[in-house]
Amino acid sequence: MRCRAGQCPPLKGTTMADVNRGNRPLSPHLTIYRPQWTSITSILVRITGNALLVAGLLIVWWFVAAATGPAAFALADGVLTSWFGKLVMLGSIWALWYHSLGGLRHLVWDSGRMLDVASSERAGQAMVALSVVLTVVTVIIL
Amino acid sequence: MAFLTDRKRAVGMGSAKSGTHHHWQMMVTSVALLVLVPLFVFTFGMILGAPYADVIAYYQRPFPAVVAILTLLVGFFHFRLGVQTVIEDYVHGFARKAAIIFMICLSYAAAGFAVFAIIRIAL
Repeated sequence: MRCRAGQCPPLKGTTMADVNRGNRPLSPHLTIYRPQWTSITSILVRITGNALLVAGLLIVWWFVAAATGPAAFALADGVLTSWFGKLVMLGSIWALWYHSLGGLRHLVWDSGRMLDVASSERAGQAMVALSVVLTVVTVIIL
Repeated sequence: MAFLTDRKRAVGMGSAKSGTHHHWQMMVTSVALLVLVPLFVFTFGMILGAPYADVIAYYQRPFPAVVAILTLLVGFFHFRLGVQTVIEDYVHGFARKAAIIFMICLSYAAAGFAVFAIIRIAL
């Protein structure tokens, strides 16, 4: 039986609340769009933010180990300063700067500014460029 | 006779159950982190790789210790808010509730361990 959205009678054995739950057609999204500066830079903000959990937990482990004693510290410090640890830290420095710039862009948006596509795209390009510059500067200083 | 105002009757009745509190907390923590993150990167970065005794002496100084405590505390609270949004977007049903509870507990535990460890080093 055909019915209009929101006016379909419940299926047999179901209540009104769970009619066709989870099996509704979705409008095509994400996969059919060509990558754009606005979408990619936004997705990267989310990825970097969540990926920073790894560095965050490693740093907490490093502090807990330092508070525990020299032997525990040697292990944690050894992992953080190994080539793999340094790679994680390097990636995390970039992620941290990128995510911070992304957060700054959100704060600007929240103030009602730069909400048009052209400004958002330029801000996204600036985030990518500046995050790389900041990462290089950080590595040079440290 | 009803003493409730129209607004009071409406608050909390939407599907989200709350208003802009999550977003406001996200704004406050992100502004705080814009200050804290550069301070932490350069204080922590200066001492990472140094010998044990130097690290302990460094984090007995108030400025690096307080910067580290605030950054990890506010940082993990910010993470707890952000990861909840991600889970709400991609996970559904019981798994959503379980994942949110797990990640919130993990975030607070990490912050708790960090604060305890830094205070223990500092004192």
